[in-house]
Amino acid sequence: MFATPYINEQLAYGRACTGACRRGIAKALSLLVLALFAMAILAACNAQPEHGNYLQRGLAADPESLDPHKSRSTEAGDVLRDLGEGLMGYSPDGELEPRAALRYELSDDGLEYTFWLRPEARWSNGSTVTAEDFVFAFRRLVNPDTAAFYAHSVADIENAADILAGTKPVQALSVTAAEEFVLQIRLANPTPYFVALLSHPSTFPVYAPAALEHGDAFARPGRFVTNGAYRLVGWQLGATIELQRNEHYWNNAATAIDRVRYHVIPEPMVELNRYRAGELHITSNVPSEAFQRLREERPDELRVAQKLSVYYYGFNLTRPPFRDNPALRQALSMAVDREVLAEQIVGRGEAPAYSWVPPGVNNYEPRRLAYADLGVEERRSAARDAYAQAGYGNDNPLKVEIRYNTSDANQRIALAIQSMWRDTLGLQTTLVNEEFQVLLSNVQAMQVTEVFRLSWSGDYNDAHAFLQVLQSNASSNLAGYRSEEFDNLMQRAAEQTDAERRRRYLEDAEQVALAEHPVIPLYFFVSKHLVSPDVSGWGDNVLDYHYSQHLSLNAAN
Amino acid sequence: MLRFALLRTLSAIPTLLLVIVVAFIMVRAAPGGPFADERVLPPDTASNLAAAYHLDESLPQQFWRYLSGLAQGDLGPSYHYRDYTVAELIGNAVPVSLLLGALSMLLALLLGGAAGIAAALRRNTWFDRGVTALAMTGISIPVFVVAPLFVLIFAVWLQWLPASWSGGSGAQRLVLPVIALALPQVAYIARLVRGSLIEVLGSDFIRTARAQGLATSSILRYHALKPALIPLVSYLGPAAAAVLTGAVVVESIFGIPGLGQLFLQSGLNRDYTLVLGIVIFYAVLVILLNLLVDLAYGVLDPRIRER
Repeated sequence: MFATPYINEQLAYGRACTGACRRGIAKALSLLVLALFAMAILAACNAQPEHGNYLQRGLAADPESLDPHKSRSTEAGDVLRDLGEGLMGYSPDGELEPRAALRYELSDDGLEYTFWLRPEARWSNGSTVTAEDFVFAFRRLVNPDTAAFYAHSVADIENAADILAGTKPVQALSVTAAEEFVLQIRLANPTPYFVALLSHPSTFPVYAPAALEHGDAFARPGRFVTNGAYRLVGWQLGATIELQRNEHYWNNAATAIDRVRYHVIPEPMVELNRYRAGELHITSNVPSEAFQRLREERPDELRVAQKLSVYYYGFNLTRPPFRDNPALRQALSMAVDREVLAEQIVGRGEAPAYSWVPPGVNNYEPRRLAYADLGVEERRSAARDAYAQAGYGNDNPLKVEIRYNTSDANQRIALAIQSMWRDTLGLQTTLVNEEFQVLLSNVQAMQVTEVFRLSWSGDYNDAHAFLQVLQSNASSNLAGYRSEEFDNLMQRAAEQTDAERRRRYLEDAEQVALAEHPVIPLYFFVSKHLVSPDVSGWGDNVLDYHYSQHLSLNAAN
Repeated sequence: MLRFALLRTLSAIPTLLLVIVVAFIMVRAAPGGPFADERVLPPDTASNLAAAYHLDESLPQQFWRYLSGLAQGDLGPSYHYRDYTVAELIGNAVPVSLLLGALSMLLALLLGGAAGIAAALRRNTWFDRGVTALAMTGISIPVFVVAPLFVLIFAVWLQWLPASWSGGSGAQRLVLPVIALALPQVAYIARLVRGSLIEVLGSDFIRTARAQGLATSSILRYHALKPALIPLVSYLGPAAAAVLTGAVVVESIFGIPGLGQLFLQSGLNRDYTLVLGIVIFYAVLVILLNLLVDLAYGVLDPRIRER
C-alpha cells in the first residue's frame, strides 16, 4: 500500500528504482514496522491488571448468546447463573431454594403458584426487580417472534402452547403480577418439576427498558442490566467474558469475589496447560489422557462428581433389523460389558449405566435393567439365547452398523463394543464416524441409521427430564420408541399431584421402557474439574452448577 | 499501472460472485442446520426459528435475499451468535488476526531473509548447511507440535510468558503465537531466498559486475538482491493469505480470538451467514494480495513492467 505512489512515479519516468525511490521504499517499510510496534504497544495499554480478588474460570465454548431467551448451551447457562437470578436457584450442594423469590405457595389442585418476591432485589442499575419484570420476561420467552430455544420448557403454563403456536396473543399467558412483589403463574396441568424449571436461565427476569431499547442485542457489555450477583463488563468472543460484582445485588454482602473472568478454551489439553501455568483457578473439563496422572499428582484439585447425563446407543426402531425385535435389542444390550467400558475404556470415574434415569435424581429410585445383577458369564449366555431367539446365530450372523460422531473417546467406545458383540454373539459390526451435524441429521431422518451414539442431559433435577425423551411425541425421541403403556404411565404421572404416587408412575414407566430396550444406556457422565487450592466454597452436585457468588479465593493473589 | 490495477479489480467481480454462489450452495448442502442439536427442538419452536431467520423460504429466495443484503453492504445476522451481526463478528476478529499475521510475516521476512542471504553468500560452508538443516526442520515440524512445546517450556516451566491470549496482556501475549506462526514461514523464506540468490549470483551480469571490481556488498545491494527477491514476492501473496487463514491451530492453542477460529466454528455450527461472510472476506483479501504482488513485480523487474 505504502509503495504505490512510488510505483506510479517510476512508471512515469520509466527508469529503475534507485536513489529516492529506494529511500522511499525503505521509509515506507520502516513506517510499517513502526505502525506494527505502535499497535502492539496500544494492545499493551488496553490490558487490565490481573491482581485483586479475581476469579479465573475456564469455559469450553463461547455462549451463543447471553440473552436468556436466545441461548441454550451449558456454557451460556454457567455464565448466566452468575449474571441473573430466577425465582428459584441452587445452593452450593445442589439443593433447590427460592432466590429472587422469598417463598412460594402452590394451590391444592397443583395448578397455581404464587411467588412473593424479595422487595430488596435490585437490577444492576439500581432499579427494583418487580413482578412485572417477570411477566415481561415470560411473555418474551413464549412470543413466537423471539424464537426462544427453551420456549417449550414452560409450555405447561396456561395458554403457553397456544401462544407458541401463534393462535393466542402473548397477553393471554397466565403469568400475572398480582401486586408489585407478588407473581402468579397458572399451569394447564400439574407439573411437579415446574418449580425446578424456574432456576433455568430461560425463566430469569428481563429488564424491559434495555430489551425494548436495544432489541435483539441487549445482552452486551454496557447494555445488559442483570439481577444476579454479577454484571457483564466485557465480552470478547473467542477469548474472555468479564464479570464484575453487582453492587446493587440484594445479597451483595455475601459475595466474596469481586471480579470473574471466563476464558473460552475449547481444547481440554490447552485448558490443562493454562491451569498448570497458573492462569486458571477452575477448569471446565479435564482431558481424558491426563486424567490418571492428575489423579495421582493432584488428587485434591481434581473434582469428579456424578452428573445428570447419560451416554447411550440408540436403536433405529422404525426399520429392520431392530423394529419389532426386542429380543435382538436385548441381546445386544446384554452383550455389552458396561463395567469394562466405564472403568477401562472411558476410565474417568464414570458409572456403568443399567438404567435410563441416572442415580442422584431427586425423589426417584432408577429402575434397573432386568439382567443388571447377573454375573458376566450368565449375562453372556442369556445374551446368546436372546440372539438365537431373534433368529440369528453363528451360521446367520447379524451385520450391523454403529454411527457415532468423530472423536477419540467415541471411537474407543465403538471399538470396544464392536469387539464385545463379536466375542459374545459373533456380530459383524461396521463403524461409521461422522461429523456431529451429519450424524444428527441422519439419526433424525431414521433412514440409514441402525445403531447410533448420542447422549442426554437433564436440564432440571427430576426423572421427567429423562423419561420424557422416550414419549411417543417427544421431539428428542430419536430411537422412534412408541409405547402406549409408557405414554399412559407418563400421562398419569403428569396428572398426579401426590409426589409419592407420581414417583411410582414414573418408576413404572422406566421399567416398561427398559424391558423393551429402545436404547442401550452405556454409562453416566461425571463432571470433572480442576479446582485450585486457592478456591473455597466449591460444592460437587449432580447439575454441575457452580455459582461464582458461592466461591471465595483464600489468598488474594 | 492504474489502468492495470483497475482492470484487475473489475475482473475480480465475477470471480467473487462465483465464490459466493459456490460457498452458498456448499454450506447449504452440508447436512444439519444452524439450530440442530441433540436436544431436538419441538416443531413449534423450530418453525418459529426458521421463520425468524427466513429459513422457511426457498433456497433461490434466500439467496436473493442474501445478495440484496450484500449489495447494501449487509452480511446479515449470525445464526449461531444470535446477538451479533456477521459484520460485527468479522470486525472483532480481523484486527487480532491482522496484528498476529503482520507481525509474524515481518518476523519471518527479517529472519528468513537474513538467514537466506547469509547462507547463499557462504554457500556450502558449515553455516549454509546449518541454515538448510534448520529450515528443513522448521518446515517439517508442524505447528501443533511446536506451539504446545512452547507453552510447556516458556509458560508452564519457566513461567516467562503467558500460555494464552487472555492469560497475559499486550506484547507479552503476542510473543509465543507470533513465533509459532512465523517459524515455518522463516524456514520457507530462508530456503527460497538462498536458492534464488545463489542462482542470481551465478549469472552473467553479476560476473561482469565482479570483473569490474565491485565489492561484494555493492553487488548485493545494487545488482543481485532485487532479481533474487522476485520468487519471494510471488510467494508473499499466498503466504500472507496462509498466515491469516491458516492460523486456526495457533489461534486454538493460544486461545486467540481471530478469524481462523471463527471460521472453523462457523462451519461446525452451520452458521450459514458467518461462513459466507468470512469466505467473502478471504476471497477479497486473496484478490487484493495478488494484485499487490503483481504490482510489486513491476517495481522489482522492469521487464515485467514493460510487457
